[in-house]
This record gives sequence, structure tokens and C-alpha cells, in this order.
Amino acid sequence: MSFEPGAVHKDLEGAKLGMWLFLFTEMVLFGGLFLLYSAYRAKYTADFHRSGQELNAVIGVANTIILLTSSLTVAVSVTALQRGNKKLSLICLGMTIVFGVAFLANKYIEWSAEIRHGMFPNSPELLNHPDGVKMFFGLYYSMTGLHGIHVVAGIILLSFMFDFVRRNKITTSDYIKLENAGLYWHLVDIIWIFLLPLFYLAA
Amino acid sequence: MTNTVQNGDSVFRSYLEDGDRKGILAWILSTDHKRIGILYLACMIFLFLAAVTIGVLMRVEQLSMSAPVFSPRVYNAFFTVHGVIMIFMFVIPGLPAVFGNFFLPILIGARDVAFPRLNLMSWYFFVFGSVLAVSSLFTGNGAPDTGWTFYAPYSIRTGTNVTLAVFAAFVLGFSSILTGLNFLTTIHRLRAPGMSWTRMPLFAWSLYGTGWVQVLATPIISITLLLVIAERFFGIGVFDPAKGGDPLLYQHLFWIYSHPAVYIMILPAMGAITEIIPTFAHRTIFGYKAIAYSSIAIASVGSLVWGHHMFTSGMGEVANTMFSLLTFLVAIPSAIKVFNWTSTLYKGSIELKPPMLFALSFIFLFSIGGLTGLIQGALNVNTHLHDTYWIVGHFHYVMFGGTVMGFFAALLYWFPKMFGRMYSEKIAFLSWVPIFIGFNMLYFTMLVLGYMGMPRRYYAHLPQYHTPHVIASVGSFILAVGLVLFLANFVIALFKGKRAGQDPWGGKTLEWTIPTPPPRENFSEIPVITHGPYVYNPEVMP
Repeated sequence: MSFEPGAVHKDLEGAKLGMWLFLFTEMVLFGGLFLLYSAYRAKYTADFHRSGQELNAVIGVANTIILLTSSLTVAVSVTALQRGNKKLSLICLGMTIVFGVAFLANKYIEWSAEIRHGMFPNSPELLNHPDGVKMFFGLYYSMTGLHGIHVVAGIILLSFMFDFVRRNKITTSDYIKLENAGLYWHLVDIIWIFLLPLFYLAA
Repeated sequence: MTNTVQNGDSVFRSYLEDGDRKGILAWILSTDHKRIGILYLACMIFLFLAAVTIGVLMRVEQLSMSAPVFSPRVYNAFFTVHGVIMIFMFVIPGLPAVFGNFFLPILIGARDVAFPRLNLMSWYFFVFGSVLAVSSLFTGNGAPDTGWTFYAPYSIRTGTNVTLAVFAAFVLGFSSILTGLNFLTTIHRLRAPGMSWTRMPLFAWSLYGTGWVQVLATPIISITLLLVIAERFFGIGVFDPAKGGDPLLYQHLFWIYSHPAVYIMILPAMGAITEIIPTFAHRTIFGYKAIAYSSIAIASVGSLVWGHHMFTSGMGEVANTMFSLLTFLVAIPSAIKVFNWTSTLYKGSIELKPPMLFALSFIFLFSIGGLTGLIQGALNVNTHLHDTYWIVGHFHYVMFGGTVMGFFAALLYWFPKMFGRMYSEKIAFLSWVPIFIGFNMLYFTMLVLGYMGMPRRYYAHLPQYHTPHVIASVGSFILAVGLVLFLANFVIALFKGKRAGQDPWGGKTLEWTIPTPPPRENFSEIPVITHGPYVYNPEVMP
């Protein structure tokens, strides 16, 4: 930084404001996909209904529970650190990471099953289906795929936070990094809450 | 470059000398907003000249009716690359990244932007994206040939190197988002004590409006470009009519960003003009609040007019009518600004220095650009003008006559402050002549050509269009000479220019209260603001 150490003034409000602006951009990023979804769903209502039945709603709901719980643990982790309980904070942060990995494992099982059935973009099987089914699966893979990338990014981010808390780089008095990482994780969660009904419960 | 500068009784070292590291590392690892601004400037001048060269080559092609100098395929690559470089690497980031970085913190009385390291990272994204875009020309199966708009379904079918170019635009978008985010936070958090919103210089206001558009519109192009890449790699089909996808949705998503992007381009230029005019009219800006709020009005209404790029796409009568109406509405805040600038001049004591000359040219050329925009915003006329040279002429009046002229005016205005050297005013005046004449020969002729029916993006033309094409080409050569002269002036000034004083123009905003070039931390003591930014005749200021 370009100021002498004494002049460095850490602006926590500013850091949070910046994070929220970044979260806006993420929402708009997914917003483009939601726009496409709504246009195609209006055009191919019946096909979307039918395609939704082919998805594994059990895994979808399980993943929802996993992500919601992980949002709780990350929130507890932030609060624990604020109140000076570093150990609890680390435990909860670790649990959040484990939940994130579990989510991805489920996703892997789910996607492999779809792909084994030949339901993936440009597959000979999918090309035989009506246009609406192609759109549904095109969007399904794009949206859950992009969401999955965000889960991966979130896990990496939280792992760094875990290390920072452990090495006292994030402390009771200076926890904005952890709080912002938590906000990011909540965003990943919220987007999933919209994806679940749009795809798995579309039937 | 400069020695220590005396200011009153204290001695400052300028930011140009005060680095942590030696040589080039002192620049490319610096988080100083001023150095980052200069880094952007250096890259952009290079990219701008490259794109100008391609533009001139296109005009060379049009000197002959049919026997092309370049093959049609090369011509397609030319207009694509000219557009991609100019739009994504010069006109969109131009004023915010260069002058916004350098002057926004100074104008609001801060020592740096809110996130200095993020700021440096944005520059790296910019460089990375630019390198990718330029390398897309020389790698893969030939340079992209889709036009800068990457319209589906052609962009998902063509064998040329579209993927790399699209990814480059994605990376550049990221750079733009992070800059916008940084500026918004800076303006919210780092204004000096006493600098209320209505005491903020209007360039900062325009960057505020721009920042919101950057943050809220750019992600739409990001996702759209990612989907084009996904189409090309995996065939997901969302823009592919063969699979039930709708290419029209690509156009919607593309313009949901790319029309607001037009306001990312023009707003900061308007902001710079608003700083320049009061300085050289020696008069307080007329209608401060109207200008400030019209920036916000332009940013918000401008986000709702994207459909006017698609009047002939068959999206429907109701949508066409709505978008046409909104297009006429967005002209109002732009016109408010023009009226305020001219009212500022009224009864001012006008001093025609080079920055002022270019600022006045901005008003003239931008007005033509804006008014031709209204003509093509009318539905029936648009059917005739769509995809013709008229459109090309129109947006060059806005982008070049507006944004780039604003960029030039800002460069002339702030160059002495940035580098501590004065350029030759004579050469600056002299270069204006070929720029202004060449510009109008080139682009006004394009308006006429388009009205006559010449379609854009054709490598050849019919005999009835030949004479205007030759006039336009000659105009482009004159313009290019002017640009070279204009830029050479600064290169000479960097080494041989006379030392510039603290306030060479008699400006009243904060950048003129600190030494030239500014010290590394801008202010030894953060100023306390007690009045508005343009106190030429204090009795009328709040």
C-alpha cells in the first residue's frame, strides 16, 4: 500500500460495500441465465415439465439441505470469531468446507448418471428429443455448471480463510475478510435455492 | 523526469520519482493510482494506433470499387478487430481507466482509491485481455470475422478464432467491473471532509454514474460471451436455431450490456468536458445539479433502450414502439448537458486554449452524433437506415467525435499536471485542423452514403457510391495525419516540454491545488472542503 504504516486506515465499511457490489455483479451474471430460462420455459412449457421429471429430485433436495446447513455453519463461524471463540469458528468453517465438498460429490453422482443416460448437450440421444428438452438440458448444465464453479471458488476461498484464522491473520477485531467470504458463500446458497425449483421441481 | 518541486515552504517529491522499486517494476507493481493511470494510458495509445491503422486500411480497400486490395476474408477480420480493439480496449475503459484512475482520488481529496491492489489487478486483467485479443488475430484458424458484436448463430458456427476473441472480451469485462466497483466504493467512502455529494466535481459524478453501469451491466455480457464459448465447445444450443434456441435472445443479451456500454463510453467524456469548460470560460458551471443528476438519468434510462439496435430483427411492434419511445427520452438528459455547457459559455470570458478547442469540438461533433441518433431512433426511418453506413457514421460521431475528442481534450487539459511538462500549444492547434476536417470528411460522408443505401461491412461497392467512398477515404488519411501530429506533440513534450506550473490553466478543482506533478500521496494533509468545485464567481456558489 502506498501510505506509511501509521496512515493506513482500514475501512471495514468500504470493504463490505465493495463486496456487496461484487455480489450484485454475480446476481446479474446469473440473471442473464435466468432470463434465458424464463424465455425458453414460456416457449416450451410442456417439454420443461417433462424434462424436470427426469432429474433426480432426491439428490436435488439433499443438496439443498447440505447448502442451507453450510450457510448456517459459516454464519456461526463468523459470529464465533467476533465473540473471540477461535476454536468454534475453525470447526464451523471446516464443516462448511466439508458440506461444500459433499455438495460437489452429489453433483458428480448426479451428472454422471445423466451422462450415462446420454442426456448431455450435443449427445445423439438428446438430439433425438424435442427442442424444449434440448433447451432444458442445455440450460440445466449451463446453470448448475456455473453454480458448481462458484461452489468450487467458494471452497477455495473458505480454505484460505481457514488458514488465515488459524494463523491469526483474521482475528476478533479484524474479521472483515471472513465476513465477506461468508457473504459470498451465502450468495452461492441463494442461487441454488432458485435453481432447485426451476429444474428439479419444474415437474 | 522532474526534480523536487517547491511548494510554499515544504518540499515534495513527485509520484514520478517516488517508487518502492527500481526501473519497470516500480511501475508494473505499483499500487499508486496515478502510476496505474499512466500504465493504462501507455497501453491504450498503442492499441488505439493499431486500431486506427486497421481503420485506415479499410478505407484503402474502399478506394477501389471491386478489385480489392485485401481479400474479403481479410476485410471481415479488419472490421471485427478494429471494432473489438476500439470498443473493448480503448473507448470503454479509456477515460475511467486513465483519467478516472489518475484524478478521481485527487478530485475528491483522497490519497488513493479504496482498493489499490485490486486496481493494479484490474490493469493486469486489461493487459491479459488485450494480449488474448491481439493473439486471436495470429493463432487458430484465422482472425475472427463476426464483427465486434459476435452475433449468433454465425459466431457459434464460423471456424475462425472467435473463442479466443470472445474470451478476451470476457476478461476485459472483468477489468471494467473491478474498476467500476473500486470507483463506486472510493466515491462513497473516501471523499474529503466537507465534500458533500453536491460539492463533488462533475467528472467524479460522471464516474459515479459510469461505475454503476459497469457493475450492473457488464456481467450480462460476461455470461453471454461464456455461453457463446459453451456453444462452441459443448453445443448447449441456447442460441442455436437448429436445436430450438433463439438467436434473437443473443441479440437481446448482447445489447442489454452493449447499449449501456455506450454510456460507459460517453459519460466520463462528458464529465471531462464539464471540468474543462468552466476553467476556460472563467465561470461557474451553469446548472451543477442538472448536470450531476442527468449523468444518473442517462445511466438509468440508458439501460432500457437496448432494443433500438434490433428494430429490424422482428421482435414485435410493441417492443419496437416502447424502445423507440425510450430512445427519445434518453436524449433529454444528454441535451440538458449540452444546454448547460453552452449556458456556461454565455457571458463567460472565453479563453481558447487547446483543451477548450477540443472541448468545443466535442460539443459540436457529439451534437451531430446525438441528433443523428434520434433520426435513426424513429421506427420508419430506421428500417431504411439499419445496417448502412449511416449507422457507422452516427456511432463514429458519438464514439470518436464524442468520447475520443473528450479523451483528447482531457489529455490536453491534464497532461501538464500528470507529467509536469507543457506540450506545444501551437502544434496542438495545428493538429486540430486535419483532425477536424478529416473527421467530418470521413464520417459525414458516411452518413450520406448510408442514406443513399450503402450497407456496412461490405468489402466492395457499386459505382454510384464510388465518389463518396473516395472522399471518405481521403478524409481518413487527413485524419490519420492529424492524429499522428497530435500524439507526437505529447511524446516530444515528455522529453523537451517546458516545466508546467501548479495551475497552468487557472483551474479551481483540487488537482490544481497540489504540486505538479502530484506527490505520491497527493495531499500532505487531507483538505477540508468548504465550498463547491467551481468558484470563479463565489457569490453564486452554494
